[in-house]
Amino acid sequence: MQIIKDGNIVADHWRHLDDDQAPAGDQFTVSFARWLAEKAALLATGAAVGVRLNGDDPLDAIANDLPSLNLIVVEFPSLTDGRGFSIVRLLRDRYGFDGEIRARGDFIRDQVYFLGRVGVNAFECRHECDLESLLSALTDFTVYYQTASGDRQPPARKRG
Amino acid sequence: MYQYDEYDQTLVNERVAQFRDQTRRFLTGQLSEDQFRPLRLMNGLYIQRHAPMLRVAIPYGLLSSGQLRMLAHIARHYDRGYGHFTTRQNIQYNWPQLEQVPDILADLATVQMHAIQTSGNCIRNTTSDPLAGVCVDELEDPRPWCEIIRQWSTLHPEFAFLPRKFKIAVSGAAKDRAAAQFHDIGLYLVSNERGEVGFEVMVGGGLGRTPIIGQTIRPFLEKRHLLSYLEAILRVYNLFGRRDNKFKARIKILLKETGVEKFTRMVEEEWARIREDLILDEEEIERVSRQFLPPAYALDANQDTSFKSRQAEDPNFSAWVRHNTVEHKIPGYRAAFISLKAPGIAPGDITDAQMENLADLVDRYSFGELRVSHTQNLLLADVKQADLHELWRQLRELNLATANIGKATDMICCPGLDFCSLANASSIPVAMEITSLLEDMDYLYDLGDIRINISGCMNGCGHHSVGHIGILGVDKKGAEWFQLTLGGSSSNDASLGERLGPALIREEVPGAVISLLKTYVELREEEESFLETVKRTGIEPFQEKVYANH
Repeated sequence: MQIIKDGNIVADHWRHLDDDQAPAGDQFTVSFARWLAEKAALLATGAAVGVRLNGDDPLDAIANDLPSLNLIVVEFPSLTDGRGFSIVRLLRDRYGFDGEIRARGDFIRDQVYFLGRVGVNAFECRHECDLESLLSALTDFTVYYQTASGDRQPPARKRG
Repeated sequence: MYQYDEYDQTLVNERVAQFRDQTRRFLTGQLSEDQFRPLRLMNGLYIQRHAPMLRVAIPYGLLSSGQLRMLAHIARHYDRGYGHFTTRQNIQYNWPQLEQVPDILADLATVQMHAIQTSGNCIRNTTSDPLAGVCVDELEDPRPWCEIIRQWSTLHPEFAFLPRKFKIAVSGAAKDRAAAQFHDIGLYLVSNERGEVGFEVMVGGGLGRTPIIGQTIRPFLEKRHLLSYLEAILRVYNLFGRRDNKFKARIKILLKETGVEKFTRMVEEEWARIREDLILDEEEIERVSRQFLPPAYALDANQDTSFKSRQAEDPNFSAWVRHNTVEHKIPGYRAAFISLKAPGIAPGDITDAQMENLADLVDRYSFGELRVSHTQNLLLADVKQADLHELWRQLRELNLATANIGKATDMICCPGLDFCSLANASSIPVAMEITSLLEDMDYLYDLGDIRINISGCMNGCGHHSVGHIGILGVDKKGAEWFQLTLGGSSSNDASLGERLGPALIREEVPGAVISLLKTYVELREEEESFLETVKRTGIEPFQEKVYANH
């Protein structure tokens, strides 16, 4: 399937494993609970491993694991559940995670700009979606009033 | 007032384009009703009983005459010739067409206005003291801080999908005229023991179904840390606020369930981590503050003698001055309230023609600016005392000179069942009936300052729980009933009204209110106000009178 990553539409080869699916392939993600329970075994497969996070998952519990992780998927169970926005912000700023953070789930085009600003750099639709349209949403706005992940310059300094 | 530069204008223009595209996608079926709902709400657009309702933001209640003319234009061209001012210092239009809303927003953008975040589960319009910058009891003008918060909260990428709505108010005066203790975050400008001015930060206040008075979580916050502290509070709320039940989703419930100590610790920990990354620099504070400098007041305004003689000659003018104008920090000036509570008019309503004519008066007599108060009135903040008589004369011709500010007929009232799809009961007709029973102005003035607030349902848009007399519409087996409360206040002595007794049917409500007022007159001692009497006697003597015939 295809996703958006770093502003481009690219092919994606990650597999999202259910908790009862055996690890397979060289890139897969697992649930937060499974990661905590099986991390040594998962890493021992030699594959690149990612973790899928939900709004209730306590981030502190994986803080020390972040260097071993190649991908963090932040799940958006509904378009009105905004916890993911703060989770991404914490991953980038509090925990300094600089790998791929992927939004996945029921977000819509109109949230893509905000997601990009808080630090999401990859977008995966759960159902069919128009990736071209999502891509253009990343630049819905050319100006903003907030600092953001990776952008510490006070907005006031951007004024002409 | 704050003037947009190219940067601010670009943002509002891009927002118009974004909403135009969202509306187009909804109308062509590319966005479902469920997907469009949070998007339109974030732009102040409700689907109401009769038609969509559009709420336009008036940041901290400050308007220019040009903006008022545009509001009149919108009322005339897209609506039915009137607008309704709300308790959040905004204006609502009840009859626009969905297809035309993008054009309305484009028109608003030409006068530096928008409808961003006037609804939805996001940070709403920041409100403040209508007398900011001109009152005599002010430590510091709160408006620059409101503008700084407005910008920070506008399209904040992290906080657009909060558990529930989020309201912030800032007050800089000794008397709280912004109901700051009833906001998700209330900020008081205060000075510390070293004489530095900063903020007292209160969290978790709110009206609605579960009215709660806010609690102070930080007695003194340095100004430069304002935004990092707000961001820490919002982040904790966004992560931990309840999302399983929308009636328990406000930050007040999180605070209550977590406990104020633990909640404060969570905020302070997050703040400690981010505070150095989000410092407000002096230059930016300066840049914004410069836009709120005092206008060019006439130094000899207090030399005028006509003001006194006009009052002596004309008792109607004198009554208007006494009840509708207040002292100004500059001698020879007064701030003049425009009552939107004339008999027979829905509280807060104003017509297109009134707005246009008023805009001319604002240009002539008050430096081209006016304010909206949370009590749904307007204010010309900077009028020379020598001009007041002429202003009053012209306001009278516009039916805008009702001399009842702060009196029993100056009610806060939500749109109610006549417009709102949430309401259980009519609020506007009840307000109008009460007003019709209080025609005798001498009696009205004798009752003194009293706040009567009416909400058509427990969501409390009419602030009933902080009314000295609160009137709440409830649905009982399909009929309209009203619950009365006594003794609420949204000022410094914040308190919630106490339930008077069983609900009354609609026809009984105006009479019950009159009975409460009569009881006060019988019970009061010396100069005691209604609220003071209720606090001294308790509600029992009032209960006895109202329920005597039940």
